[in-house]
Amino acid sequence: MDLNLTSEQQQFRDELRAWLAANVPPPFAGSTNEEEKGEHFEYLRRWQRKVFDAGWAGISWPKEYGGRGAALIEQAILTEEWARAEAPQLINQLGLSLIGPTIIAVGTAEQKARFLPRILSCEEVWCQGFSEPNSGSDVASLATKATLDDDHFIVNGQKIWTSLAHVADWCLLLVRTDPNVPKHKGITALLVDMHSPGVDVRPLKQMNGDASFNEVFFDNVRVPVANVLGEINKGWSTAITTLMNERAHLGTGIYVAFKRNLDQLIAHARQMKRNGKPTAQDPVMRQKLAQAFMELEIFRLTNTRALSKMNNQHVPGPEGSILKIQWSEYNQRFQQIAMETLGPVAQLHGFDNGKWIYDFLRTRANTIEAGTSEIQRNIVAERVLGLPKSYQS
Amino acid sequence: MDFDLSKAQKLLQQSARDFFARECKPERVRALMATDTAFDAELWQAMADQGFTGLIIPEEYGGLGLSLVDLIAVAEEMGRACLPGPFLSTLWAASLIQHAGNEGQRKQYLEPISAGELKATVALLEESADWNPDAVELRAEKDGKEYRLRGAKHFVTDAGIADLIIVVARGDEGLVLLPVEKGATGLTITATPGIDATRKLCTVEFDNVAVPEANALAFTTKTKAALESATDIANVALCAEMLGGMQWTLETTVEYAKTRQQFGKPIGIYQAVQHQCADMFNLTESARSAVYNAAWAVSENEPTAKLAVSVAKGFCSDAAREVGNRGVQIHGGIGFTWEHNIQLYYKRAKSSEIQFGDANYHREEIARRVIDETD
Ligand SMILES: Cc1cc2nc3c(=O)[nH]c(=O)nc-3n(C[C@H](O)[C@H](O)[C@H](O)COP(=O)(O)OP(=O)(O)OC[C@H]3O[C@@H](n4cnc5c(N)ncnc54)[C@H](O)[C@@H]3O)c2cc1C
Repeated sequence: MDLNLTSEQQQFRDELRAWLAANVPPPFAGSTNEEEKGEHFEYLRRWQRKVFDAGWAGISWPKEYGGRGAALIEQAILTEEWARAEAPQLINQLGLSLIGPTIIAVGTAEQKARFLPRILSCEEVWCQGFSEPNSGSDVASLATKATLDDDHFIVNGQKIWTSLAHVADWCLLLVRTDPNVPKHKGITALLVDMHSPGVDVRPLKQMNGDASFNEVFFDNVRVPVANVLGEINKGWSTAITTLMNERAHLGTGIYVAFKRNLDQLIAHARQMKRNGKPTAQDPVMRQKLAQAFMELEIFRLTNTRALSKMNNQHVPGPEGSILKIQWSEYNQRFQQIAMETLGPVAQLHGFDNGKWIYDFLRTRANTIEAGTSEIQRNIVAERVLGLPKSYQS
Repeated sequence: MDFDLSKAQKLLQQSARDFFARECKPERVRALMATDTAFDAELWQAMADQGFTGLIIPEEYGGLGLSLVDLIAVAEEMGRACLPGPFLSTLWAASLIQHAGNEGQRKQYLEPISAGELKATVALLEESADWNPDAVELRAEKDGKEYRLRGAKHFVTDAGIADLIIVVARGDEGLVLLPVEKGATGLTITATPGIDATRKLCTVEFDNVAVPEANALAFTTKTKAALESATDIANVALCAEMLGGMQWTLETTVEYAKTRQQFGKPIGIYQAVQHQCADMFNLTESARSAVYNAAWAVSENEPTAKLAVSVAKGFCSDAAREVGNRGVQIHGGIGFTWEHNIQLYYKRAKSSEIQFGDANYHREEIARRVIDETD
């Protein structure tokens, strides 16, 4: 075991640290709640462009597509430096952490050249069209269908809960191309231009008032066969690649945001008063804040362990499968601690631009999106611990 | 960077696992628990022959001179086997001698410890049961060229079998570390049986016990720092043992869930059982991340070492208990019996939770470092 950085890794870190020190923009002045809307979105898009131009976006991606071909460990270093510098997150998250890696894994040379650099630069924003009204956890039961018409697929059907669809230029869409075979064998993954005729995006309002996910309707939408990602009717294996990345990679970016929230909360606790003393001196709140620190630290360490294992052995270890459970459930506990720390003002829209209630409510979705906590536990039980399957998936 | 045990460390761990599977079977553990000291001279000597008693003692004093990361690979296996006896106490005392002793004292004590000829412990806690060395009140009165100890220490692990007790006392100059040998005049050791019979607790009373001034381990302000460093090492080893206990409980429970049948099916097919197993896995792997990190940080003298130790002990304290809770639950009635071995691990997890401070204690330590110290 050696958690020291090699001299190359140190050099990488120093270079990055210097770049961040010189380039991180001042925090966005307005409300940061709805990051994919309006001026905040443009602020984040400009930031990603800057990051891309300097070569810090998607560093583990191959050089020819705008990455650096860097090792996963460098990705972990980047995460920590990002948190340390309080730099904004990159907005094209689905492209960066799920769809890009899937294209790298199974895409054609043309697809890689066409799509990857534009994901990194944020020139094209991506969304993920997997879930349907009747196919959530059991996504392989999906019904949106595509029929072949010469060199095009004609897509008809509906997706739901599609994050970012309202700003997305492209969508990784799962469709049924053969209804006469077992459900996993008749699915195809398509790269769909969201500006195509017949695509209709309708925002869905969430419990926190935001509308960052949508219903998406497809009415005879034409998609060139060249946009099949992977093979026709082998879309489930493409989807699995995406879902594995979703579970493994989202962790890295998420730590940045979570550490920042915790630091902000501790700063508030030092300023605010409870029983005539700073809240940070209240013995009960100290216990809770320390517990949050401990859990977040363990998430960081487990994430680094998982990356280290993938880096050295090129297969994800069992640690990877618990990261989703860890971050989502941590965040729910953390937001409750934040509510308690801040006291009655926490509930006000006027306090910190309503950030804390927004986040408090938003965390309810954390254990639903990207595979529910129940599904994650099923996966750990069956695939990692080898317990018998509780149902036929 | 490599956040995993090295090949050599994994080999060491495997050989320790094989050793304890052979030498420390549950029947032997139970037999030792029923004794006054939980000590088995033959087992101890076999451990010494493996080098386990001197793993991190420098080679010049007969040890293997390995790092704390090597040690946790072995300590995890001690936890898996629920090893009874004074390993942890002796490690704590040896680390204290290594940090605070002079050349002569190191030679005098560390060589026989490495060889398995000397068992030792540290007497720190008093009636206040506070792990913070600042709470120590036991007086070390100067009387010519001697210290005189009067008072009592509590919760002293393995004092009944220790050849040497390092007593943390308060002299006029501050904290002093006084080695008291077995059989010293005025020394009374009384067993105080507790929940975990694999590591015996004792009250140690001092009725004017004399210790020559020259024998004191350290006179300087470094006493407290040395004590803290030694405790960090023993604490990380304890966390690794706890990890081994969690791993045993997880594996045993998952195995049971695969074989026990109810309603015509293995109980492991039911999600209520599956999800508890998944939680046990999550807790165990989380503990592993924290323990590896703490061992590395302490052995490298990282500035974050103390924080890393508190994160590890704070987490393991709650996690080991919770893994035990789930494990007992999934075993059903058999899990509540004296006969099933899970009770041994359950009790050990409880005493380990308390040793060197529980989660509440370490959360406050974390708070002091993270909330109070602004950069
Ligand atoms: C904020 C947010 C953003 C999202 N973004 C996207 C996106 O961009 N693209 C996309 O495709 N999807 C997205 N989703 C959808 C998300 O992936 C689904 O909501 C999720 O997979 C669950 O599906 P469902 O909502 O249909 O619930 P269901 O699958 O109907 O589940 C309902 C409940 O039943 C439980 N359950 C279901 N099956 C089992 C089982 N076998 N064992 C035990 N319990 C079970 C679930 O855990 C859950 O508690 C998003 C969701 C949210 C909340």
